[in-house]
Amino acid sequence: MYAQMVKSTGHGVKSRAEMSAEEAHFQDRIDAGEKIEPKDWMPDGYRATLIRQIAQHAHSEVVGQLPEGNWVTRAPTLERKAILLAKVQDEAGHGLYLYCAAETLGVSRDELTDALLDGSMKYSSIFNYPTLTWADIGAVGWLVDGAAIMNQVPLQRTSFGPYSRAMIRICKEESFHQRQGFDIMMKMAQGTEAQRRMAQDALNRFWYPSLMMFGPSDKDSVHSAQSVAWKIKINTNDELRQKFVDQTVPQAAYLGLSIPDPELELNDDTGHYDFSEPDWSEFFAVLKGNGPCNTDRMDARQKAWDDGAWVRDGLMAHAEKRNARTAAE
Amino acid sequence: MDPVFEFCLRMGDNTLVLGHRVSEWCGHAPVLEEDIALANTALDLIGQTQLWLGLAGEVEGKGRDADALAFRRDAWDFRSVLLVEQPGGDFGNTILRQYLFDQWQALFLAALTSSSDDRVAAIAAKASKEVAYHVERSRGTVVGLGDGTAESHARMQAALDRLYPYVGELFAGDTVDEEIAARGIAPLPGSLRDAYDAALSETVAKATLTLPESRWTHTGGRDGTRHSEHLGHILTEMQWLQRAYPDATW
Repeated sequence: MYAQMVKSTGHGVKSRAEMSAEEAHFQDRIDAGEKIEPKDWMPDGYRATLIRQIAQHAHSEVVGQLPEGNWVTRAPTLERKAILLAKVQDEAGHGLYLYCAAETLGVSRDELTDALLDGSMKYSSIFNYPTLTWADIGAVGWLVDGAAIMNQVPLQRTSFGPYSRAMIRICKEESFHQRQGFDIMMKMAQGTEAQRRMAQDALNRFWYPSLMMFGPSDKDSVHSAQSVAWKIKINTNDELRQKFVDQTVPQAAYLGLSIPDPELELNDDTGHYDFSEPDWSEFFAVLKGNGPCNTDRMDARQKAWDDGAWVRDGLMAHAEKRNARTAAE
Repeated sequence: MDPVFEFCLRMGDNTLVLGHRVSEWCGHAPVLEEDIALANTALDLIGQTQLWLGLAGEVEGKGRDADALAFRRDAWDFRSVLLVEQPGGDFGNTILRQYLFDQWQALFLAALTSSSDDRVAAIAAKASKEVAYHVERSRGTVVGLGDGTAESHARMQAALDRLYPYVGELFAGDTVDEEIAARGIAPLPGSLRDAYDAALSETVAKATLTLPESRWTHTGGRDGTRHSEHLGHILTEMQWLQRAYPDATW
């Protein structure tokens, strides 16, 4: 889940009477469960919303390499190092499929990269939090990938074909990521006193930021209603957050760790856990650029892009020379 | 010291240290495809490290496994060549360091697939497949950047001038190598130099670069007599957690 607060048309969902013939036909296809493919007609708002949503997800995968890459050189065993490398590699790969899916909508990867770097497009707030101990790598897999899967599993059924197919592939890998995160946490929770302390500290720091990943309540949002009608969004943010809490609480209990929420309690009437909302002022501050790592993350991406310019130019120049030579033969 | 143990350390320490160096790029590559390729290369190298150091521990027979060898030895017990200890520098330096190593590794592993020691031959057979891809990619990128723009050409030439004096160590044999060769476990390192030079010359020519004339080389890594200053810093980072929490398992 790496798309938060994606705005759609902002006008609310059109009634049948307000739709043009093309729009009505388009909505019929969606309602019938058909996939929309890149060359099909689509409303401008559908295209624009999808570009923002897919690109935000792609940017999140790319920036998400940084907090995890932070521990590759300090991983505790060769096996953990190899698993973490494989995971970071998968994330770069997810970024690549998603940029490709966005490109089918008529926008280039370079344009999207520019939008990330100039701040006009966002990435998930979660990657603006630091990974301070090895347990954080466990917590990122367990909680962050766990939250991501909650959102991505339904998106496998999303109406846009390339996005849906990318999600099917990504979900397979994400569930492996989540398991490895839980496995790290389990080893630490069963480990020495210092390891248990690290594990609890990681949970304390990542719990609320993980809940924020779903975005603020959108039950009254016109943007979300339109995205739901278009099957770009399948569930409300609150539904997904509840599902995440319900899944995670027993896992924390199994690990012998405490969720940092005194209000957390199983509600016998609903069968769901009641829990405290995260501090949404913190969420908005992070989105505005004031999270603990926003500046570092953007500096790192900007530096990689700037330092890499001569490489990209060099390889392009070489490809052109090679093509010219082939053409001359 | 058992020459087979020493031999396995030389193989495994090279892949461990280079794997570490390559993984420093995680999330910082010039283009997303390179992020994927670099992480993949590092992953392969760490996987090979598990095999070589695992075998080293088995041969030594003192209960040290691959992790104990990777994370609980100090610099003077490492047997990595100085080439792989060199800092990443710019991407050109990183990819050239990779090519110089990959080209050697491809030739050496090919020879090891017919080792008289089945365990060595088995590791070589598995690793060769990965290295065939590494060398194809690093060679292609060196050629592309050498024969790219004026800037990329200049940077690649600077990287070659900087790193070539570390190549000769890959072929510098000692009594350990003589013993290993006599047992049919591996060829003498120097016996691969001609094939390496031929491949390197071809790549350098395609990349429109110039190979430095002098074959003079730094040494001291693969026999552990004088590592670079860099190795201590690499280990400081790589081994910190294991040393800070010596009783923990992860």
